Amino acid sequence: MIPAGFEYHRPTDTASAISILQEHGDDARVIAGGHSLIPMMKLRMADLAHVIDLQDIQEMKGIEIGADSVTLGAMVTQHELITHDGLAAAVPIIREAALQIADPQVRYMGTVGGNVANGDPGNDMPGLMQCLDASFELVGPDGTRTVAARDFYEAAYFTAREDEEILTRIMIPVPAAETGQAYEKQKRKIGDYATAAAAVMVGGGSASVAMTNLADTPVWSEEASAALAGGDVEGCVAAMLDAIDPVADNRGPVEFKKHVAAVMLRRAIARAMSRAG
Amino acid sequence: MNDQSMTPEERAANLKGMGCSRKRVEDVRFTQGKGNYVDDIKMDGMLFGDFVRSPYAHARVVSVNKEAALALPGVVAVLTAEDLAPLGLHWMPTLAGDKQMVLADGKVLFQGQEVAYVVAEDRYIAADAVDLVEVEYEELPVLTDPFEALKSDVVLREDLEGQTEGAHGPRKHHNHIFTWEVGDKDGTEAVLGGAEVVAEEMVYYHRTHPCPLETCGCVASMDKVTGKLTLYGTFQAPHAIRTVVSLISGLAEHNIRVISPDIGGGFGNKVGAYPGYVCSVVASIVTGKPVKWIEDRMENLMSTAFARDYWMHGKIAATKEGKITGLWCHTTADHGGFDACADPTKFPAGFMNICTGSYDIPTAYLAVDGVYTNKAPGGVAYRCSFRVTEAAYFIERMIEVLAIKLNMDAAELRRINFIRADQFPYQSALGWEYDSGDYHTAWDKALKAVGYEDLRKEQAQRVEDFKAGKTRKLLGIGLTHFTEIVGAGPVKNCDILGLGMFDSCEIRIHPTGSAIARLGTISQGQGHATTFAQIIASEIGLPADDITLEEGDTDTAPYGLGTYGSRSTPVAGAATAMAARKIRAKAQMIAAYLLEVHDDDVEWDVDRFAVKGAPERFKTMKEIAFAAYNQAIPGLEPGLEAVSYYDPPNMTYPFGAYICVMEIDVDTGEWEIRQFYALDDCGTRINPMIIEGQVHGGVTEALAIAMGQEIAYDEMGNVKTGTLMDFFIPTAWETPNYTTDHTVTPSPHHPIGAKGVGESPNVGGVPAFSNAVHDAFRPFGLVQSHMPHDHWRIWKIANGLGLHG
Ligand SMILES: Cc1cc2nc3c(=O)[nH]c(=O)nc-3n(C[C@H](O)[C@H](O)[C@H](O)COP(=O)(O)OP(=O)(O)OC[C@H]3O[C@@H](n4cnc5c(N)ncnc54)[C@H](O)[C@@H]3O)c2cc1C
Repeated sequence: MIPAGFEYHRPTDTASAISILQEHGDDARVIAGGHSLIPMMKLRMADLAHVIDLQDIQEMKGIEIGADSVTLGAMVTQHELITHDGLAAAVPIIREAALQIADPQVRYMGTVGGNVANGDPGNDMPGLMQCLDASFELVGPDGTRTVAARDFYEAAYFTAREDEEILTRIMIPVPAAETGQAYEKQKRKIGDYATAAAAVMVGGGSASVAMTNLADTPVWSEEASAALAGGDVEGCVAAMLDAIDPVADNRGPVEFKKHVAAVMLRRAIARAMSRAG
Repeated sequence: MNDQSMTPEERAANLKGMGCSRKRVEDVRFTQGKGNYVDDIKMDGMLFGDFVRSPYAHARVVSVNKEAALALPGVVAVLTAEDLAPLGLHWMPTLAGDKQMVLADGKVLFQGQEVAYVVAEDRYIAADAVDLVEVEYEELPVLTDPFEALKSDVVLREDLEGQTEGAHGPRKHHNHIFTWEVGDKDGTEAVLGGAEVVAEEMVYYHRTHPCPLETCGCVASMDKVTGKLTLYGTFQAPHAIRTVVSLISGLAEHNIRVISPDIGGGFGNKVGAYPGYVCSVVASIVTGKPVKWIEDRMENLMSTAFARDYWMHGKIAATKEGKITGLWCHTTADHGGFDACADPTKFPAGFMNICTGSYDIPTAYLAVDGVYTNKAPGGVAYRCSFRVTEAAYFIERMIEVLAIKLNMDAAELRRINFIRADQFPYQSALGWEYDSGDYHTAWDKALKAVGYEDLRKEQAQRVEDFKAGKTRKLLGIGLTHFTEIVGAGPVKNCDILGLGMFDSCEIRIHPTGSAIARLGTISQGQGHATTFAQIIASEIGLPADDITLEEGDTDTAPYGLGTYGSRSTPVAGAATAMAARKIRAKAQMIAAYLLEVHDDDVEWDVDRFAVKGAPERFKTMKEIAFAAYNQAIPGLEPGLEAVSYYDPPNMTYPFGAYICVMEIDVDTGEWEIRQFYALDDCGTRINPMIIEGQVHGGVTEALAIAMGQEIAYDEMGNVKTGTLMDFFIPTAWETPNYTTDHTVTPSPHHPIGAKGVGESPNVGGVPAFSNAVHDAFRPFGLVQSHMPHDHWRIWKIANGLGLHG
């Protein structure tokens, strides 16, 4: 559990970070909170000659609450997501979901940017961001572009981000006031990734439904969302069960995961509906 | 002088002796981060060792190429079996009479097995060098199922080929280790044949791991000038390790000093001898420098001693009214690639023959077959006396299974079969003499405390509500009455590697009336420095706060067999009392001399000897201590010290009644412990607070084991649960509140009547949790389902019973 040797860089602005990435190509990786990357390095599953720490880059920090949109700097920690009252008022599901991530120690370090950029199907934020229809700002050598969360995930650990790009900000449309939101997660213990988790927004004739750790990417289902928007809960669940593709692992066999997925989704829907205006 | 103004009760209280919830003296350093663990030891020029381990569970090692590793700057040596062979150290004896490869000798038998040992100037270089050692393997067929292994043509232990006789008798197959039989086979079969009711079940206690907070490690330091080897390590039995090191290395035993510093939990994991110790010693001898080796978490879970993995096939016979008439058990024991169980020599399946439990079962038979598979070796007593958790789980499941068959309440079934208080000392059908107990009293107290009748009513209502679609949660009431067997043990039948399992204590009283005591045991969190001082305080009347306790240094402590199997209090605790009594006997003579009366004319009074009939004429222990060093007393040597080596006449038999009330979500398999009641009878209670702490810790480990913790393998022999993400350790969040309670039935043969408690909560806890899960589903037809009861397995029970509609 000792990582191979690496060189440590600590730039103070995004442009310098990108130029270090450009210089070292495949051998370099950015590090945010380190709570996904460092375990991989200790297991020697990630062998990196250069680690670029983003924590001194001020422009990647901070939470901005606008009338229509919330912007999260990539380096905002999960702990900050929980403690920010303005954010909790604008998009309450973020606090609810962040409280379900790992434990306080991990949340003090882990960042929202790292969580969504990582591409681990076990991470909770990607599904949540798809549910919220968030978009990610990516800055690279060729400039800045924006990718919708729903288009970002390609396969486990593969995303639309190019190697030399950095995810700098997350933009989230503020849900309509009458929207009810809920995040429901089953896990084996505190500090565990989801056996199954559901993010649900519903109200005012629209709905959005996404699930976590039930395929090699987060699963947002247009069909399931449409069914729920039309008030058809069972149709929503059925569509979602069609969309997920869980695999057997220590958390259980496929039939179990499908069953639990449906249970989590129904519970999240019920809770979100009870909160809808 | 305040001595006269205080009542005897006040004087006794000042001693903080037995019965006092004295705060743990160890915690001052532990809570300040000032403990001194093996990995805290730093020595000049210290090198670091690290292992190249096998990724395969069964493979031939075709070649090991060290070149690239040796070329890395800072790498000092790379050892393989070839390097150890000339010293005869490429294999080592196990505690179970088998032998085990230190480094892979031509093949590997489990994933994570040690293949090469890299020595480097720091641990980062060592880790890099491990990656550079090129090993060529040729994969062999893998056997992970002991039943398959006994049928397979695949020979795991080629080194034993043709050997039909093992350390414990005949071997029936090339993957068979031993058969151990106890009891009356024919008699039991006859009872089963003629019984009114027989219940039969396979009870599996899955493989798990003690997983102490601190992993295993050592620092070996050979001083080439003095010829003396100092070995610091995470040893639960430092003296035994010294003897083993001497026997296998050829170094004279007086030239070896073994030191166990602070130990961050053992739970059986740190009893055995591991390749890391041997390689570090060799590396230090070869390099002349201190060599440190510390396991990481994955190495600890994958390669150092596991626990359990017993397939227990049971049959239990009874009358229609529920009186048990016979018990039969055949166990298939998966020992992994080498038989490295830590059991007393004559007990290859430990004390599994305590499996008649708390019940008066007239006829019984037990057979255990040990089997080799492609899994890690071990088989240690994880927070229990040797195989006692397995035995307790087996009988407590069989009782439940029988209750189902009889359509009886399981609490009542237990009650009518308990050994009665007037039957002690009780001779069990499988050969033990239970020293003392009062099971009915404990049981009634427990049932009353939890409101058992009401719980059953609530459960019945819950079942109705469930059937009516009003709830998706079931209620389980898990009952357990366990009997432990601890304090190994009498030298006449208990030894490890030929070393009798006595233990020891040496006490020296200083002139000013304070003292130091040294024991052959070693605390790993049990609080010996606190409790053993309390025994001495009560025995000789000096305050516990004035008594230093030292363990773990073989150069200073008297020989003892160490701490595991709840043996410290029953054996070393007895030695402590006996040594203290020797001191008191001498003190009596000194007091009589000082008071100018005959020895028989003084009597003991809490902290002093007083003249009989004249309590105002006395000498306190403090005064006596000084006199021992400044008076020329005719016929008495100066000084005041004593040593006792205690060979216990019998084991002790702690017992308890545990009840768990659990809510189970049928749809997700999630569970919640609503109530957990633990009544322990450990005989005389030395420190109630420490007992309570031990119970909390032990029940929490039991919760882990029953509800999720396992070492699981896939069919290729890969460890699936090698990190703490998958290996379940409960956090404060999952851990329920416990209600502790007690009765006191002292051991009649122990000097202070104490029985030991550290392991009872694990022994009793596991069946209590498991029985709660089973009990929740009993109304729907569940009879038996294997642990661990994690979410998906509970879900599967519900699914199999058709509860998902
Ligand atoms: C015990 C434990 C339990 C956990 N449980 C959960 C859980 O239940 N749910 C959950 O969601 N997560 C869980 N996590 C993961 C945790 O939330 C991580 O912190 C998070 O996944 C990654 O965030 P980070 O800031 O630590 O990223 P890092 O570990 O620093 O980086 C992760 C990856 O993302 C890349 N990256 C990071 N930031 C950027 C960026 N701005 N632009 C481009 N690439 C970037 C890195 O190069 C790296 O490849 C757990 C972690 C631990 C250790």
